[in-house]
Amino acid sequence: MTLDRPRHLAAALRRPGYLLSSWPWRALVYAACTLPIAGALFVGLLAVVAPLWATISAVRRGQSVELPVVIFLTVAGLALLALAPIVSAVVAPLERWRLGLVDPRPLAGARIRGLAARYPSPAAWREVAYLCWLGGAVPVAYWMLSLLVLLDFTLIASPWLAVDSDRVILVQTTVDTPGQAIPYAVVGLLFIPVLWYLLGLLVAVQAVVARRLLGGPVAGVALREVTRSRTRLVNAYEAERRRIERDVHDAAQPRLTSLTLQLGLAKLDVPDDSPAAKPLAIAHGQAKALMVTLRQIVQGIRPQHLAELGLAGAVRELAAATTVPVAVHADLRQRLPELIETTAYFVVSESVSNVAQHAQATRAEVRLTQADQDLVVEVEDNGRGGASPGHGTGLTGLADRVAAVNGRLLLASPAGGPTVLRVELPWHR
Amino acid sequence: MAPMTRVVLAEDEVLLREGLVGLLNRFDFEVVAAVGSVPALLDAVRTQKPDLVVTDIRMPPQHRDDGLRAAVTLRAEQPHLAVVVLSQYVQSEYASALLSSGDGRRVGYLLKDRVADVADFVVTLRRVAAGGTAIDPDVVRQLLLRPHDPLAALSTREREVLALIAEGHSNAAIAGKLFITEAAIGKHVGNILTKLELPPSDDTNRRVLAVLTYLRTGPPRPS
Repeated sequence: MTLDRPRHLAAALRRPGYLLSSWPWRALVYAACTLPIAGALFVGLLAVVAPLWATISAVRRGQSVELPVVIFLTVAGLALLALAPIVSAVVAPLERWRLGLVDPRPLAGARIRGLAARYPSPAAWREVAYLCWLGGAVPVAYWMLSLLVLLDFTLIASPWLAVDSDRVILVQTTVDTPGQAIPYAVVGLLFIPVLWYLLGLLVAVQAVVARRLLGGPVAGVALREVTRSRTRLVNAYEAERRRIERDVHDAAQPRLTSLTLQLGLAKLDVPDDSPAAKPLAIAHGQAKALMVTLRQIVQGIRPQHLAELGLAGAVRELAAATTVPVAVHADLRQRLPELIETTAYFVVSESVSNVAQHAQATRAEVRLTQADQDLVVEVEDNGRGGASPGHGTGLTGLADRVAAVNGRLLLASPAGGPTVLRVELPWHR
Repeated sequence: MAPMTRVVLAEDEVLLREGLVGLLNRFDFEVVAAVGSVPALLDAVRTQKPDLVVTDIRMPPQHRDDGLRAAVTLRAEQPHLAVVVLSQYVQSEYASALLSSGDGRRVGYLLKDRVADVADFVVTLRRVAAGGTAIDPDVVRQLLLRPHDPLAALSTREREVLALIAEGHSNAAIAGKLFITEAAIGKHVGNILTKLELPPSDDTNRRVLAVLTYLRTGPPRPS
């Protein structure tokens, strides 16, 4: 089973072969080096927390607190707050390195440069929180675990102890002879694996907390990177569309117009009864049809209106060319990034054509609203509803387009209508 | 013999420009300048003082709506200059901008495709040079589909008539196209003007106003 070897302690704990693997030993090493660090932090915390605790108890008992004590506690508390990020600057890297013992998965997270930068940084205060955990809760857990270990050792050693000193007190019973102690020693031996597991569990909990508090959001970083690369791809795709559109517009279309014009001129010179008249007329007609086709192709590649009129203007042109009456409400304060405008335009284009083709609607409304972060596009119709991405109405492609710019597509289309499509496109970077 | 119509032509694609020059020369137009960019167009019109400008919309330097903006500028400088703008795409906002320049006469907005129908194209140019207005049938069709317009009050027949007026046809020509009498057309036109609440004044001007109503019920230009 080398293929799915556990990658960290918490995973290893759930495997049957845990006790025979190297993981318990790793946990032991981790625990051993936890002791001095957690101990030092515990003492540091205790220096402030213990007097504070004592003072609080005194106040609760109704005793008065002297001013020097209050001043000491205030100064010590503030000093602790001020020092904590500095201490964490030293301890956190050590802890990240130590974490590798039991959880070697890479730990992401922005490293904070400079002490001054630590104070306003949430990451630094998460490190401080980790210090409190390490100096506060961890020592208590270790103390309890070490009591259990001590108890177990006593159980195992009880036969020998019974030989040396006549009586041995074990938990709640007393044994006098080695023979009496043997069952307890057996229980103690059997308890060893449980202790190994308890140690592993404790260290695994430590590792989870360390990963949470000392690491950045790993998945978030990775996702952001993926999104960025996807956005780059989409941008490159858009640039390519633009280039094709320009080439067709600048090179192919005028020449075709010129050709059609020449055919038109030739038609004037060819008498109607000439054998060339009919084929010439056909050629002229075909050239004209091709001009229309080519224009439609270019429109599909990249909407001309959008580049020239902006999103609101282009959407209005789109609405005007639709067979169903479409009201457009646009509240846009500024031109948006080109990719966002193109995506929004295609959302409206696709939805409005869906409305015209499938919805049996008598009217539709398009709303464009520019919020602080998002461009919100809403298309509503009074049709029969029941639109769903499964029915091949282009909704899936639309959702893909929206997702590519990190946007959201929401659709409400109960049977019987009305249908509301809402798309949110984050434009603010 | 009437003086030749002096034309400045602006089109950045050389082959098409030459084709258009050939076409214009063939039909008693005198092409005084054929240029390939907006600055050259402005220069040529200011020095040559032509009767008619025929220009592409998308031209250097910015390859956007440079030609249209030049046309609007020139109309502001020379209100009697006739301008026909050729566009690769139907864009009613452009037609609206153009018709709003000056008094809305002597302007034309056509799809580039129309040059292929040589005879019709020449008739349109002449009409605009003579003080008429010409809007591409595709633009008119698009405007007629527009919802919530003040034209909703018009009957289907009246819409047809108004569409043909917008394209620049006379009552006689419309009568011919719709196979009804010219008197009937006159009645339809009267109804259209009444329904659009255009006060009776100079009849020709009211026809232009009716067309403008079409275009102005369209989208406002984005701010």
